[in-house]
Amino acid sequence: MIDFLNTLDRRWIFLLMGLSVLIPILMELEFPETATPQARAVFDEIEKLKEGDNVLMAWDYDPASAGELEPMAKSFILHCASRKLKMYFMALYPLGQQMADDDIADVIKVDFPELKYGEDYVNLGYKPGYEGVIKVIVTNLRELYPTDARGTNLDQIPMCRNIKNIQDMKLIVNVSAGYPGIKEWVQYAATPFNDKFKLVGGCTGVQASLMYPYIPQQLAGQLGAIKGAAEYESIVYEAYGNGSERKVYKEARRRMGPQLIAHMLMIGLIIVGNVLYFLDRKRV
Amino acid sequence: MLKTKEQQLWLIVIVLFGVFVLFRCFSEPRAGRVYVVSTGSSVDKATDVDQQAGVARVSLSRSVGLWVGALLTIGIFSFLYGDNPYYKVCEAIFIGISAAYWMVLAFWTTIIPNLFGKLFPAWIQTWALPGLPTAHEGDWWLYFVPLILGVMLVMRLIPQYSWMARWPLAFVIGTTAGLRLIAFLEADFMTQIVSTVESFPTASALWAGWQATPRNYDPLWSLLDQVIIVVSILACLVYFFFSIEHKGAVAKVARMGVWVLMITFGAGFGFTVMGRIALLAIRIEFLTNDWLALSGG
Repeated sequence: MIDFLNTLDRRWIFLLMGLSVLIPILMELEFPETATPQARAVFDEIEKLKEGDNVLMAWDYDPASAGELEPMAKSFILHCASRKLKMYFMALYPLGQQMADDDIADVIKVDFPELKYGEDYVNLGYKPGYEGVIKVIVTNLRELYPTDARGTNLDQIPMCRNIKNIQDMKLIVNVSAGYPGIKEWVQYAATPFNDKFKLVGGCTGVQASLMYPYIPQQLAGQLGAIKGAAEYESIVYEAYGNGSERKVYKEARRRMGPQLIAHMLMIGLIIVGNVLYFLDRKRV
Repeated sequence: MLKTKEQQLWLIVIVLFGVFVLFRCFSEPRAGRVYVVSTGSSVDKATDVDQQAGVARVSLSRSVGLWVGALLTIGIFSFLYGDNPYYKVCEAIFIGISAAYWMVLAFWTTIIPNLFGKLFPAWIQTWALPGLPTAHEGDWWLYFVPLILGVMLVMRLIPQYSWMARWPLAFVIGTTAGLRLIAFLEADFMTQIVSTVESFPTASALWAGWQATPRNYDPLWSLLDQVIIVVSILACLVYFFFSIEHKGAVAKVARMGVWVLMITFGAGFGFTVMGRIALLAIRIEFLTNDWLALSGG
């Protein structure tokens, strides 16, 4: 038995992992979520804002990380739109602009058709230059963004006319897939301009543990991967979901079903692997 | 042609899967179709409500995109079984499209509006960006510097003038290093020290809190949090301090630093696993819900 397990083809493990994710998806397993202080801190930071306050929505992710980040991105939009905040979308990822457009189409166009482009929300689009972009727009937005993503001059967009730089924002909401992302927003915006605006965000699991040292002084709150997204989604849905049956508002919680089963499998495999290792060492 | 049992088995699996996909394509709800709804001048993806109301229609172009996405996803997953030509094709498509997309996007989002748009605003406004202001900004001629540096960088492609690319590269490396150094010093060094020290509640604040709300142990727990944070930081710093030999008490503190690092790596590993499972879940959701219409949607 030990020899069989020791020489087991790893493709069986891949198959097991695939099934542990596939079966809960087909069974639509869902578990209740309780918000931890981190998710609550992000929620409270947006709640503190008044109607009409400016929020920069920095959408720094692409389809490769949409599985982790898209649910929280939609929850952020639902929350900000419900609070009637002015949303300025921008991206440091090439496909971030399209992700923002998709999320706007899924949330604002369906559930907030009264919100107008250019008056209530605007998509400034993507700019290459990594942290250099942040460094410039904290003092001069028009230097890099003479137009929005559609090519319209910023001076012709009502909600952009009085915006000189991102110090005119009350809050930055960042959805971060990696570099450039939440760390760069902390370093080049939130730290030097801590008295001007706050920063909250959500990031992939890979980055999450590295961001905790910035909380709460440099980063007011953080959603760590899909778990953070599910917690935040549950409190936003409770407050502003109005009992909507739309699946886009339940994505994160739905994805926690496969997480639970796959994590149990992972823990089981780690235990089995360690037991095999020690048994093998004892035998030798 | 199919020499081994493994190849024969795979042929059976592929044929069965193909039959299943065909079955799904012709049974309700039909697989491999994307529904859209026309709203004024735009065509948007249909919602569940649109489909139930019967106002949605099938979009051929988006349905083709769905099939391409599904076949590429399966192709990438096929690497889990082993390297194969199907995977190689999918990988090559991905790399080629990414590179081209990146290049085109950088051209239209930076070179046109932020370089030529500043140097020749009226010209760019007429054919590329109607929203761009036609007047020159103050000090507009400074943008000739990045233009020249950009041209010098492209000289790398001509072997006899490739040396010219070193100057703009040196400029990029120098400015990036300077920019990052300051940011790291401010955000990751100075502010981190201040945050760690400032978070420590003073004895007088603790006593005042205790008198205001007796039997409230929350401030004590947060004090314990801070003590753990400071002790952990010091232990990790000792581990990386190599000017003193790690013997006796120093070795014990350094050992503790290793444990702190291991716990950090463990937390990082846990988060990474969660992230990877989420990514796997969305691809499987795409295949089962969006493509095969097995559930959700």
